[in-house]
Amino acid sequence: MDRTLGRGPTVLRGVVLALGALAFLFPFAYMVIGSLQRTPDPTLAGAFPDPANLTTANYTAIDSRIGLLTGLVNSGLFTGGVLLGTLVLGVLVGYALAVLEWRGRGTTFALALLVQVVPFQLLLIPLYVLIARDYGLADSHLGMILPFAINSTAVLIFRQYFLQVPKELFEAARIDGAGEIRLLLRVALPLVRPALVTAGLLTFIGPWNEFLWPFLITKDAALQPLAVSLANYISNVAATAANPFGAILAGAVVLAAPVVVLFVVFQRYFISTDLGSGVKG
Amino acid sequence: MSDASTLPARPAGGSTAVGAPGAPAPARRGARRGASGGPRRRSSGGILGRNPFGLLLSAPYLVFVVLVLAYPLGYALYIAFHDFFFTAPGVAVERPFVGLDNFVAVLTDADVRRSFLNVGVFLLINVPLTVVLSLVLATALNRVVRFRGFLRVAFYLPYVAASVAVVGVWLFLFSSGGLVNRLLGPLAPDPSWLINETWAMPSIALFVTWKQLGFYILLYLAALQNVPKELYEAAATDGASRLRTFWTVTVPGVRPATLLVLLVSTVTGANLFTEPYLLTGGGGPNGASTSPVLLMYQRGIEQGYPDEAAAIGVVLVLAVLVLAGLQNRFAGGDR
Repeated sequence: MDRTLGRGPTVLRGVVLALGALAFLFPFAYMVIGSLQRTPDPTLAGAFPDPANLTTANYTAIDSRIGLLTGLVNSGLFTGGVLLGTLVLGVLVGYALAVLEWRGRGTTFALALLVQVVPFQLLLIPLYVLIARDYGLADSHLGMILPFAINSTAVLIFRQYFLQVPKELFEAARIDGAGEIRLLLRVALPLVRPALVTAGLLTFIGPWNEFLWPFLITKDAALQPLAVSLANYISNVAATAANPFGAILAGAVVLAAPVVVLFVVFQRYFISTDLGSGVKG
Repeated sequence: MSDASTLPARPAGGSTAVGAPGAPAPARRGARRGASGGPRRRSSGGILGRNPFGLLLSAPYLVFVVLVLAYPLGYALYIAFHDFFFTAPGVAVERPFVGLDNFVAVLTDADVRRSFLNVGVFLLINVPLTVVLSLVLATALNRVVRFRGFLRVAFYLPYVAASVAVVGVWLFLFSSGGLVNRLLGPLAPDPSWLINETWAMPSIALFVTWKQLGFYILLYLAALQNVPKELYEAAATDGASRLRTFWTVTVPGVRPATLLVLLVSTVTGANLFTEPYLLTGGGGPNGASTSPVLLMYQRGIEQGYPDEAAAIGVVLVLAVLVLAGLQNRFAGGDR
């Protein structure tokens, strides 16, 4: 088709895509370059690395103010808890919804869809009252994890993948005398391994990037995930630092790097069709 | 939740909001399944169905949904209609029912009205820009063969990176002496973007559009696979130009996805918090970029009026529902 239409549209498309890629990638390059500048250079030349102006001092500076390692560990525990809940408990529901027949299955599936339309704004205040005040879970990892413990989008993705496993496989295993738990662990799970990666990636970015909720319930700096401690640094401390932009950008690189690396490495698992299954149920 | 994000982000906002609008269709599918499950259940049915084990496997999830979503949802309404304040745990106090008092207090408050106006400005810029840019980029990406993987990763990188991290770069780029103003020279606004009453909200809208675009590009890419190839062939046979084919085949072909993008970006936009909190230093200047959720945080948790904050939440959700209804009416077509 392209050949009949000539080269014009192809060139135009290339230009659009290249401009798009530049707009999306430049801020990330600028983040890394800015985090390595001894003195911030906001001129056009500053958008390129300058060997005379390179330093890692910004990383030491931000580390001494907010404790990068503590932040990373807290982000890791928060994210790990959500991943664990989703990959264990979420898989169980996804399996039950797709494979087993039980009373309440339709209702549970409808609930999993409904959960996605519940607006977080409405839950903000009551969740804060319940978790931070009534349950006494403020300044704890459990309190951070609880509202996100099982990702409903991941549940829908699991269900979608389990639905694609041929029913005969389960029948055959049952005839061979396999128990229900054995069936799930030995037959079904190995077949949906890609779903675990896709749903895992999708679930990972939620808590790792989440700011509002952990910000609300952690006042103790020793328990704050990196997103929260970096945000606090941006809004409070930055004004007093020698090179505030450098320090902020250094923190930003540390916060963004794990997600960026994960998504570049596992990019083939994060494709539109999988997202579609989560979105369309 | 607001993760894709979390909220699920939702889009960062993402991930929970995802699929919101898709809900009706699958729900119908679910109902159909329930109906077809009927006879099978009869053939071998205990009272809990053929396989009560399923209920056992789902129990933790059901408990989670009730505890963390259903109950707080009801609680939100309770708080909004009562004189509610924070107490030390275990202290019993009276919280009288006050009817619509909290709503009256909130709706007559100039700051609250300003925040709703702000989010309106945000949506007017963010939503149309998101729809147009993501559809154009997805269409271009869909035809490309070389560099496809690279481009896809490049496009969704802002979406998967933390808001807090990328906010840092934008602060640097859009600061008074920043790169953007240097490039603009005399055209740069004074005061600079994020501390300028006129430009603060549009700057935030632009940031969020850029940040979320990758997610919507993925949605459109999926939708483009469902547009029948024959339609493109027919258009080519009729000698239609590229642009005309785009208007008459692609745009109508992805209409369900467009509705989804409209709805999800509206819901995500209504959840706006992190950007005004960090980019414009807490909704400044002079409240020009305060969002309702930011105000809920300030009123409810900083100043200790959770009842008013809950009322703002209820009003916000109602407003979003009205918007979603209108979008469904005018962009949904006759499905």
